[in-house]
This record gives sequence, C-alpha cells and structure tokens, in this order.
Amino acid sequence: MISNDLNTVLPELLLAIYAMGALMFAVYTGKDRVASMLIWITALVMFALGGWIAAQPAGAHMAFGGAFVDDGFSRFAKVLMLWASGLVLLLSQDYLTRNDMLKFEFPILISLAVVGMMMMVSAGDLMSLYMGLELQSLALYVIASFRRDSLRSTEAGLKYFVLGALSSGMLLYGASFIYGTTGTTKFAGITSVIATDGMGLGLLFGMVFMTVGMAFKISAAPFHMWTPDVYEGSPTPVTAFFASAPKMAAAGLIARVMHDAFGQATADWGQIIAMLSMLSMFLGAVAAIGQTNIKRMMAYSSIGHMGFALMGLASGTQEGVQAMLIYMAIYVVMNLGVFAFILNMEKDGRAVTDIRSLGMYSKTSPGRAMALAILMFSLAGIPPLVGFFGKLFVLQAAINAGYSWLAIGGVIASVIGAFYYLRIIYYMYFGSETDALDAKMPGLHYIVLAASAAIMVFGAINLFGLEGFAAAAAEALLK
Amino acid sequence: MDSILSVVTFLPLLGAAVLLVFLRGDGEFEQRNAKLVALLATSLTFIVSISIYTKFDPANAGFQMVEEYKWIAGLNYKVGVDGISILFVLLTTFLMPIVILACWGVSHRVKEYMVMFLVLETMMIAVFTALDLVLFYVVFEAGLIPMFLIVGIWGGKDRVYAAFKFFLYTLLGSVLMLIAMLVMWYDAGTTDIPTLMHHQFASDNFTLLGITVVGGLQTLLFLAFFASFAVKMPMWPVHTWLPDAHVQAPTAGSVVLAAILLKMGGYGFLRFSLPMFPVGAEVMSTFVMTISVIAIIYTSLVALMQEDMKKLIAYSSVAHMGFVTMGIFALNKQGLDGAIYQMISHGFISGALFLGVGVIYDRMHTRDIDAYGGLVMRMPAYALIFMFFTMANVGLPGTSGFVGEFLTLTAAFKANTWIAFGATTGVILSACYALWLYRRVVFGDLIKESLKTITDMTAREKMMMAPLVFFTLLLGIYPALVLDLIGPSVDALLENFDAATAGMAHAASAIAPATH
Repeated sequence: MISNDLNTVLPELLLAIYAMGALMFAVYTGKDRVASMLIWITALVMFALGGWIAAQPAGAHMAFGGAFVDDGFSRFAKVLMLWASGLVLLLSQDYLTRNDMLKFEFPILISLAVVGMMMMVSAGDLMSLYMGLELQSLALYVIASFRRDSLRSTEAGLKYFVLGALSSGMLLYGASFIYGTTGTTKFAGITSVIATDGMGLGLLFGMVFMTVGMAFKISAAPFHMWTPDVYEGSPTPVTAFFASAPKMAAAGLIARVMHDAFGQATADWGQIIAMLSMLSMFLGAVAAIGQTNIKRMMAYSSIGHMGFALMGLASGTQEGVQAMLIYMAIYVVMNLGVFAFILNMEKDGRAVTDIRSLGMYSKTSPGRAMALAILMFSLAGIPPLVGFFGKLFVLQAAINAGYSWLAIGGVIASVIGAFYYLRIIYYMYFGSETDALDAKMPGLHYIVLAASAAIMVFGAINLFGLEGFAAAAAEALLK
Repeated sequence: MDSILSVVTFLPLLGAAVLLVFLRGDGEFEQRNAKLVALLATSLTFIVSISIYTKFDPANAGFQMVEEYKWIAGLNYKVGVDGISILFVLLTTFLMPIVILACWGVSHRVKEYMVMFLVLETMMIAVFTALDLVLFYVVFEAGLIPMFLIVGIWGGKDRVYAAFKFFLYTLLGSVLMLIAMLVMWYDAGTTDIPTLMHHQFASDNFTLLGITVVGGLQTLLFLAFFASFAVKMPMWPVHTWLPDAHVQAPTAGSVVLAAILLKMGGYGFLRFSLPMFPVGAEVMSTFVMTISVIAIIYTSLVALMQEDMKKLIAYSSVAHMGFVTMGIFALNKQGLDGAIYQMISHGFISGALFLGVGVIYDRMHTRDIDAYGGLVMRMPAYALIFMFFTMANVGLPGTSGFVGEFLTLTAAFKANTWIAFGATTGVILSACYALWLYRRVVFGDLIKESLKTITDMTAREKMMMAPLVFFTLLLGIYPALVLDLIGPSVDALLENFDAATAGMAHAASAIAPATH
C-alpha cells in the first residue's frame, strides 16, 4: 500500500529530496560559489521532472487515502509550473550575478516552492491543501525579500508575509467551518455531504472564507493589494517567478477545491468567482493606466489576467476549466517573454523600471522592440495573436454558461486595458528618444523573448495542440 | 480543392516575410529594394486575383472557390467569395500597388512601412473572403495593428492621439461584436457563415432590464454588430476618429483607410446584419436611415468649414458612407446595388482624392487650403485630374459616383420620401464643399511666393492616377459591369430577407391576438 502511495507522489518526493540534497551539498562545499552550477542543475531537474510527468499515461491515482490526487489536471498544471520555474531560474542567473545576489539558497527555495505548488494542485484533502499552500508561501516570502540589504525588497517580503499570513488564517478559518459541518477534510467526503444535505450555512461560510484565502493567493481583486508592492519591491527574477508558476498553482488550487469539493454547488461559488473576476478585470485595467513602473504595471496586468482566468472557472463547466487552463498556459508564456526583457532593462549598470526609458527603443534594438510589441499586443488580446484565443475561450465558456454580463464586462475591461499595453508600444515606436537602455541581452534571454513572441504569432495556426491537453486535463478534473 | 483565394490572401504576407527575413540595413539601396519587393508582391497579388474574377460564375448566388480546413476549437479556416465580396477583394488587390507607389517618397523606416502595408493587405483580403465567424473577427481586428502603427509611426504632428483614438474606438466597437458572435455560436452551434445566414435566430420580444426589446435576440445581436460596423463605417455620431486618423495618417495610410478599411463596415452589414438578423435589421432600419441622413447633411456642412484638405475629404467620406448605409437599410434591390456600387466607386474616388492631396503635400508640406491657390497655372495636369475626381465625388453623371448616389437615392425614395429629400440636400451640399475646395486650391491667381516654383505631376504620380481615372469613368459609363456581378447574390440576399421578415411578421401578428 505505502509503496503505491510513494509511487504516486514520486515526482514531488524526488524534487523535495533533491532540494534537501542540494542544500547539504552546497553548505558543505563551496556555498555561493556553487550557486551558478546549482541553478543549472535545478533547472535541468525541473525540466526533466516536467518531461517525465508529461510522458505519464492518462489516468488518475490516489495516494494516502485520497489526500493526494495525481490526475490529468494536476499533471497539466505541474508540467507548466515545472517548466516555467526552470526557465525563470535560468533567466535569473545572469541578473543575480550582475547584482551580486547569486546565493545558493535561491534555486533551493524555488524548488521547495515548486514542491508546495505541486502539492497544491494535487490536493484531495484540506490538510494536504494547506500543507502545500504553506510550503509554497513560506518559500515565496523568503525569496521576496531576497535582496536583504534593500529596503524595498525587505518591505515587499514583510508585506507579503503579513498579508499572506492573514489570508492563510482566513483559509484555515473557512476550512474549520467546513470540517465542523461535514466532519471530514477529504474533498470526496465534502462532496458527498453536499450531495445529500445540500449547502448548509456553515459550509457556505466555510467556502466563502476559503475562497477569500485563495483569491488572495491568486491576487484577485479585492484581495490584490499586496501584488503591486511585492512585484515592485522584489528582485526582478523573483517578480518573474511570482508572475508565472505560483499563479498557475493558485488557479489550479481554486479549480481543484471548487470542482472537487464543491462540485455540487456550482451556482453558489460561481457567482462569487464571477464577481472576483469582474472586479479583477476592471481593477487590472484601470489601475495600470497610471503606472510608469513596468513591474507595477505588470502586477496590475496580472490582476487583470487572473480576472479573465477566473471567468473561465466561474462558468463552472468542463469547458470553463479547459478555457482557464489554456488561458493560464498562454499567460505564463507571455509573461516569461516579457520578463526576459524586463530583466535586461538597464542603463549604466543600474536596473531601470521606468517605462519612459523605452523611448524610441525600436531605433536602438529593432528586434527586441518588435518581440516586446508582439507580446504587448498579445497581452492586450488583439487577434491574431495567441493572447486573443485565450480570451476567446474564456469568453465562450462564460457565455455558454449564461454569464453574458461577465463576458461583456470582460471585453470592456480589455479595451480599457489595451491602453496601457499600447502605451509601451507608443514609447518604443512613436515616442521621443531618451538615453537608450544599454544592457546587452544574454543569448538565452533573447531566445526566450523571441520564442515567446514567435509562439504568440504562430500559435494562431493551431495553438501547438494546447487545446487538446487542456481538454484532457479539464475532463480529468470533472470526470 | 481550389486554393486561389488562399494564395491571393497570403501572397502579401509572404512578401512581408521576405522583407523581414532577407532585407537588412536601411541605406538608400535597401530602401529601394524594400519598395520594389512590396510593389512586386502587391502587383503579383493583383495579377493572381484577376483569375478569381475570370473563374467567378456570376449566375451562381452562392459562395464559390470555397476552401475549408480544420482550425482550433471546432473552428474552420473557411474562405470563399460570392457576388458581394468578390468586388471588395478585387478593389483591395487593385488599390494596393497604387498605395505602394504612393509611398515612394518615404525615407523613414521604409522596410517596416512596407511590411505593415503587406500585412494589412492580407488582413483586408481575408476580411472579405472569411466564411467563418471567428476567422472574420480575427482578421477584422488584426488589421488594427498595422494601421495603428502606420498612423503612429509615419503620421503627422498629432499622430499619437489619432492612433490611440483610432485603435481604442474601433476596438470598443468590435468587442461587443465578439460577444454577439459567441452568442451566435452558442445559439446555432456553428461558426460557419453560410449556415448562419440561413439560421433563424429567435426574434420574439422579451424584456431586458424593464425595456421591451422588439425583435428580441435578433435586435440585440444586430445592435452588437452595429456597434462595430457603425464605428468602422464610420456613421455619425461615432465618426469622430476618422477625421483625426485621416489628417494624421501618411498619404498611403489615408488611401487605404478611405478606400478599403471603411468598406469593411458596409460589407459587414451586407454579410452579417441583413442576412443573419433580418428582423433586427427591419426593426432598426428607420433608425439607421435617419442617422444616415443626419450624417449626410451634418458632415457635409462640417466639410464646408474645414481649413485642412484631408479633413474636408474625410468628412466627405463620412457623408458618402451615409449614402451607403441609407441604401443598405432601404432594404430593397436598388438600395443594396447602390450601396455596393457606392462603396466600390468611393474606393476609387476617395483614394484618388487623398492621393491628390498627397501630391501637393509632398511638394509644399502643408494641407492648409489657404496655403494654395492658382495651382492651375503651374500644374495643368494635376488641375485636370483633381477636377475629374472632384466632379466624381460630387456625383457627376458619367462618373461612377453618380450611379451609386442615384441608386441609393432611388432606394431611399421608395422607402421614405423625407429621407430621400434630406439626402438629396446632401448632394447639393457636397457640390458646394467640393467645388469650393477646388476653387480655393486650383483656381485664382497664383500669388503665393512659395507656389511659384511648384512642379506638375511626375510620371509616377500620373501612373498612380491613370488606372483610377480609367475605372471611375468605366464604371460611370457601364455600370452593368458591377451590377451583373453582384445581381444574383443581392437577389438571393433580398429573397431570404423578405422571406424571413414576412414570416416573422406573419407569426407575430398571429401571436399578437392570443397574448392580448
């Protein structure tokens, strides 16, 4: 029995063991001198694990009495998170070296965060959910304040920690309500109670509090307030990480809880998620207009995008989950491209984040400017770029589920939001010349930026088969 | 499967790819090469597109040369042409080489400029051939990107304002259409345009937020599409982006905008609004015709007061598009024929007028009407050609402008006498502003010092104008060339429309007594 359980959690187990092993290895050998090597190895381990998970045959396995679920849905999310994290690690190496922050703890903390995330999307029980969530969060709090000597970074870490603890508290409070009402922490048990007794007041309260806690993690309005400050204060590689894998994990977690535990009460949580979605889309669109710091802008942009992803979930259908997964995958790819660029925004060896410094960037580096412009159009959701298809799928899911008002709100928010993406293009192509950014871009970053832009263009042909994978994943979740 | 349409659609894109991949550097030689590649690509596209015309069977009212491939999410890449769309495809491929010739004087980022126009051409052709709802939306919107950059990078002084206004205005209109498309997809279970044209969307009245919606779902869908096409057309009162965009856009951009992009709105009405939401169109027709007439009179008056030549022609475009919408929503044979005719003819005439402004702008670098006067002394050829297109713009018999205006006015008269009365006033006003513009720019004494050395049109400029003159005359003298082509498709459209609305009216009157 136990060997079966261990087999099911093998990827998580391997990554956790690797993280411990790497920690020991680095402490007893060269410490920060091996950091660079460690980043490469960690990234390779993540790519390999991702590839291995992707190659697993279809089918669901339970471990530890249903506390851990390994199904198509979790595998989709895990592959995306592992590959995105590996890529972020590789991208961050250069930045960390330049800014004298290359510490061996960085890849290890990221691996631990990823273990937590993998746990989150595989959770089949409130306990394992909380374990995964806290493992991820604790690692993230630390890397947010990774630049110890910077006031901003420390502030970001502290702010994230305080608000994160608050949200964890809410989530636990909700979980206790649920446990109190149903007498079980297993999702399957909760579902069967709802199926027989319906949503009682206690369950409803519990669900609302848990939703609040998870909305905080996914940074959906009105629980978003930490996002801009943390994005701005954290070192840029950390921001890049925040904007990719943890977002997928949080979205996966919400989908998991809502469908696995509250699958019988779609109408109850659907309206909550729909409201969160609406608020996030509008807040993300409106609040970003005033930003001149590109990291803050991307923070608001991520809030808006989470709103769209939640729109898919709100519809409460398999189609909706599929749309959400497609949206998240596209979003992560776009963000990796954009952050590959932001990591190299430098002038005279100092990082700049002001978007006005992009004045006439298309003159000095036409290739990079074009790639970034494509990504911006894609983020804005302008066809024929892939970003549009992400929006198309969630809108379709919302309309088919009868959430037309949400879809209409969403498209209006996307028009408002288009303004600030266009503004980046405005600075790069129509603006007046400023002192040019002078960082030369390492080859890897250039490849990621260009590949991300190319995916946005050529994905219009068939989305690289993403649709099929997402469909299988969504089917696994709703079985 | 006959892949002629895809070839025509993607040839310009291929040209753009060639430019992007193989052309390096920004010297004089490279700039010239970029222009030559673009000219070659567009000319080749035009030559290939002629075979669409020769293969086309005018007697067949359905879609021809259809291609269909699987795309994503159950969507199809499906293209085809019928009597309505073939003309727009040909108009686009015909005008693009002229547009490229019009940018011969550009020396700023030439490669990107050419790429933009080539990408734009692909999108424009695809708009007119798309037979899948989402495919249509994708290419309809995708055209915004190159146009945004064309206005923003190569435009005039206030180009940024104009580019943003153009982009956001049209985007806001279009996203509502996207919602409507998704509703249609849900309702009909398909995105196939030929199927949707025969799908009956619900038209029973219902109450929404306390308001009774006459025509039900059809009216709502119609309004969502209307939001997009009215902005694109543009119709009064959502036309304000157009004068800004025209004034700030470079000459070639203005030509594309006026001659082709504006036609997408009218084409959309014919392809979607009328056949798919006949009841909605019937319900809204009086409203649309009324604002069309307001547009004709109001924008003609506004045009009278303009000091900027491009702005004047832009307002005149809005007025002429008013004739188009009036014709379409008169909902009879003359109206539809006239509207299509007017759009094609306006494509030649407004294109030529903007080229004409470009010719003197290139020499004097101003578009102020006051800065000119007495050009006829030094530019006789220019004066002649500009006179010809001014007259065509007014709708002088013998030019293509007359046929379109005459047909749409007849149609309006059949539908509503007062509408026709108002629109005819607009014809008189159009003569006023056009002739007054001509008098101020071309006639009078040549007193301005700066104009004393101005030179007449070059061979290249004459070459650009010649085909436009030819077609404006040809279509003016021999309208059957177009009318025979569009006839069967228009008849089929009207037949379906009448059947749908008659059936609905009958059903409504049958239900009405029961509910009361």
